[in-house]
Amino acid sequence: MSPGSSAVALDRAAVRLDGRDVWRDATLQVGQGEFVAVLGPNGAGKSTLLKALLGLVPLSAGKAEVFGRPVRRGNPEIGYLPQRRRFDPDLRIRAADLVRLGLDGASWGVPTPSVAKRSRVADMIALVGASAYAQRAIGELSGGEQQRILIAQALVGGARMLLLDEPLDSLDLNNQQAISELIRGVCRAEGVTVLLVAHDVNPILPFIDRVVYVAGGHVLCGHPEEVIRTDTLTRLYGAPVEVLRTTDGRLVVVGLYEPVSHHADGH
Amino acid sequence: MLGGLLDFHFMQNAYLAGTLVALLAGGAGYFVVLRGQSFAAHMLSQVGFPGAAAAVLLGFSPVLGLVAFCVAAALAIAWMGRDVEAGSRVESAAVGTILAFSLGLGLLFYHLYVGSAHGMFALLFGSVLGIGDRDVALTFAVVVASAAALAWAGRPLVFASVDPDVAEARGVPVRTLSAGFLLVLALAVAVTVQIVGTLLVFALLVAPGATALQLTARPLLGLAVSVALALAVTWLGLALAYFSDYPIGFLITSLAFGLYALVRASRAVRSWA
Ligand SMILES: Nc1ncnc2c1ncn2[C@@H]1O[C@H](COP(=O)(O)OP(=O)(O)OP(=O)(O)O)[C@@H](O)[C@H]1O
Ligand SMILES: [Mg+2]
Repeated sequence: MSPGSSAVALDRAAVRLDGRDVWRDATLQVGQGEFVAVLGPNGAGKSTLLKALLGLVPLSAGKAEVFGRPVRRGNPEIGYLPQRRRFDPDLRIRAADLVRLGLDGASWGVPTPSVAKRSRVADMIALVGASAYAQRAIGELSGGEQQRILIAQALVGGARMLLLDEPLDSLDLNNQQAISELIRGVCRAEGVTVLLVAHDVNPILPFIDRVVYVAGGHVLCGHPEEVIRTDTLTRLYGAPVEVLRTTDGRLVVVGLYEPVSHHADGH
Repeated sequence: MLGGLLDFHFMQNAYLAGTLVALLAGGAGYFVVLRGQSFAAHMLSQVGFPGAAAAVLLGFSPVLGLVAFCVAAALAIAWMGRDVEAGSRVESAAVGTILAFSLGLGLLFYHLYVGSAHGMFALLFGSVLGIGDRDVALTFAVVVASAAALAWAGRPLVFASVDPDVAEARGVPVRTLSAGFLLVLALAVAVTVQIVGTLLVFALLVAPGATALQLTARPLLGLAVSVALALAVTWLGLALAYFSDYPIGFLITSLAFGLYALVRASRAVRSWA
């Protein structure tokens, strides 16, 4: 893959926060249209990696490029879903309005009505299967319903790259599967590059083109068959993990003891 | 029944100034409530009191002191809350300490002031029936400028208010907007305090927005409802004050509170039923 055609290119990049290197010497390339899983233990710097690609966190060394150009804040080519708590229950704005902000929320000036934009928003809401509750206030929705709305918000601007920080968090098993397939579908149909942070890799395992793993101050990149293995994952998480193959050929990752911290802290 | 209401020049001025103040307070108030910054707005409206008192003491026009203190307080909260979201705990704590200090200053200036207490009373409760043509002109200029700024920055401001992380990633200058909003609010509060008083500005700045947000979760509609409610309680309050002889401040705050209480009660009944 030539550097010019890559969606993400890091060259000996480092991020320093509070006088401490989160990770350093990160060199990797992600091809356009690839579906990338970003894995690693809590506090390793996965969210920081996405923020660095968004230009929200400055590099302390090295270079980072997105679609061949240096990272910059406000790049409309990127759709972002941050890792988050739920919205405040008393936040009074409709879910559909939140999706709409993903389309033109950053533009100055007096808003004018636009049929095209309205139908684009409605289409995205329908795509993520959220039409039934899109007219309700976002704070009233369940965690999983909010997550679908946020995925629609990330998609609505027609981004060429999606940076999704634990989008499957707070979804039930069925919805994890459905949303993963949805994201994969968009990625395939429109050539969108996806970097998806996940703690539970099983729902996305069938789609992964590439794995980026963040651990111990390093960011490494590999093919799923190299990384999704008992020995590699065990080393990566510093805890016993086993990769099994089911009778129908699918891989399943199981933690031999579930670290208590996984979903309890989130932030 | 409305006979005679607008016959006098002072009532015409009161309606003009009241309308302008209500337009701005209703519009800005929607954002205040959406952003969870009611306490900051409360502080800004109170800070006018020591500001004006200081100016009077030093022999300047009160409006200069109002503007200087409000702007300084807005910049102080913007700076102290620069790393946190609007309406956060850190911001509330900063607002609280500034508020306490400024009221202390107000007490000092009042203590040092040897003139009549009437001017101080007007600052707290307004002197809406004594508004001159120059006051109306100044209010008009500030309201037009602030409303234009809010209209122009309204959409990114909503984005930054409800979803700051994504807004920032999409290139919205979240912190600058936050400081800018406080600054517009400070200017607006400063010019309106001298007309309707500290208490009235605050009632018009929070109650209509809070009521509107209870009624609808649509941003544009909410903004419109907030402005309409602010206008309605101001007009009605002025008319009642003219015909009844009760203080205008009491009437407007009661109307604003009554509407809010009614809407909260009806929502509570609906969700309970
Ligand atoms: N603003 C900040 N200032 C200082 N340190 C920070 C800041 N943000 C994050 N860190 C630190 O950087 C490290 C990486 O944080 P990051 O949020 O990227 O981890 P993560 O891999 O996403 O973890 P999780 O799985 O828990 O979401 C952590 O040790 C965290 O404490
Ligand atoms: Mg994270």
